[in-house]
Amino acid sequence: MEIISTLFIAKAVFIVAVFAVTLGVAAYSTYFERKVAAFMQDRVGPDRAGPFGILQPLADAVKMFMKEDFIPTNSNKWLFIAGPCLSMLTALMTSAVVPFGDKLEIGGGATIDLQGIDVNIGILWVFGIVSLGVYGILIGGWASNNKYSLIGAIRAASQNISYELAMGMSIIAILMLSGSLSTKTIVEAQQNGHWNILYQPLGFLIFLVCAFAECNRTPFDLPECETELIGGYHTEYSSMKLGFYLFAEYINMFISGAVMATLYFGGYDYLGNSWVAEHWGENVATLIGVGALIGKALFFVFVFMWVRWTLPRFRYDQLMNLGWTILIPLAMFNVVLTGFSIISGWLMIVSWVGVALLLVAIIVYDSVTYKKKKVAVN
Amino acid sequence: MVSDFGYILLFIITAVTFCAVALGGAFMLRPNRPNIEKLSTYESGEAPDGNASVRFNIRFYIIALLFVLFDVELVFLFPWATVFGNKILIEETDGVWGWFALSEMFIFIGILTLGLAYAWVKGYLDWARPVVKNSNYQSKIPASAYEKINQKY
Repeated sequence: MEIISTLFIAKAVFIVAVFAVTLGVAAYSTYFERKVAAFMQDRVGPDRAGPFGILQPLADAVKMFMKEDFIPTNSNKWLFIAGPCLSMLTALMTSAVVPFGDKLEIGGGATIDLQGIDVNIGILWVFGIVSLGVYGILIGGWASNNKYSLIGAIRAASQNISYELAMGMSIIAILMLSGSLSTKTIVEAQQNGHWNILYQPLGFLIFLVCAFAECNRTPFDLPECETELIGGYHTEYSSMKLGFYLFAEYINMFISGAVMATLYFGGYDYLGNSWVAEHWGENVATLIGVGALIGKALFFVFVFMWVRWTLPRFRYDQLMNLGWTILIPLAMFNVVLTGFSIISGWLMIVSWVGVALLLVAIIVYDSVTYKKKKVAVN
Repeated sequence: MVSDFGYILLFIITAVTFCAVALGGAFMLRPNRPNIEKLSTYESGEAPDGNASVRFNIRFYIIALLFVLFDVELVFLFPWATVFGNKILIEETDGVWGWFALSEMFIFIGILTLGLAYAWVKGYLDWARPVVKNSNYQSKIPASAYEKINQKY
């Protein structure tokens, strides 16, 4: 009984810690987004609130709390409130299955997994919750009773469901390698440098592109593209409800970074893991592992920002073409390739050779069709 | 002992509490002075025109239908993927299991691809492209410089 209650308290503390880390990282992502943007555009960026402007997220939060919030007369009041809440909830729930670290020893010989829950449906949970995220946007956009919101919401839903397919198929290739849906097992199979990225270069690329689309980030931010739709699905929102939508986007970025690290970059694995465990104790090694995972996730958050200021926004037909006619066939190819590589036994060689063959095929196809088009024009 | 899904409940409770506290706190703190202009639908400062439930492209429905089809097939792939690399099954059948599972999946993915190809050939995946109007503007950069890009996209 004693151990169980300690475990329960430890788990409760861990859950609160996960929320604190997620929210803290999301809050500071808004600051770093602006700093990175400023750096890339040769500006200074926010620098008024505190030294280097590091209190900017706090100032933003105060503003979110103090601003007047109005619900348009024509809107559906309860759904209008439910939309952003649902968005926020789904964003927060995904972190439940991300393994932040290995076992941590707490007093009384009890150990605690640094993971919300280690269920055997792990990655399916992520997949399901991400799908639910569409509802938050769709409900909010529809309930606003505004043309721009509605169009933005429909675009968001259409885009999310299209890219979910390719995403699911790239996850299936990972499952074939690990033979389990549990995120913990997937990470443990990658310990000591056997990261999945070495066996799944194509799968990772597909997953990365789909993550951009699922988070509604540039170059796929058509649901809120301000030149066409004012603010997209959150045109009518203000104050804390708008804050929920924006915050949910940053949380999603961090969590998708953490999921990518889990699936493709060994999770909490890092160089010299066993050496640290031997010399400084297991707990220190575990805590460094937690740092490693968060570091990897933050790197992906930076990649999200980097791409935002590098690539222009896609047109809607380009977006849909990329999703349906390029990513889905590529993901199918990846599943078949992974199947062959597992059966042959030379995992790494077959997967890289497959990618190289694909590249050659694309280049040959491109050059052949290009010449044909040229002839046709003349 | 609390089961894993009990902890999920804990997660949900924490998340709901956070949302309630944030929204409730904002409700307490913020001013509330509504007027007709603030509460009207925002349409770039113009008076709102017509019904907000506008007609949108029929393709959004088709995409949704296609999604349901493919998502169901995806759900069937998940259990297959977890047993595909199963070492015990492969050893017991001298490696035949791998080929059997793979060829089975070939048939399955083949049907899936056929469905996608059908939708593609039928033109359900083609979206209306913007038509570019010609202008009389004479650029110093020759038009041939853009030729490859224009043909490609």
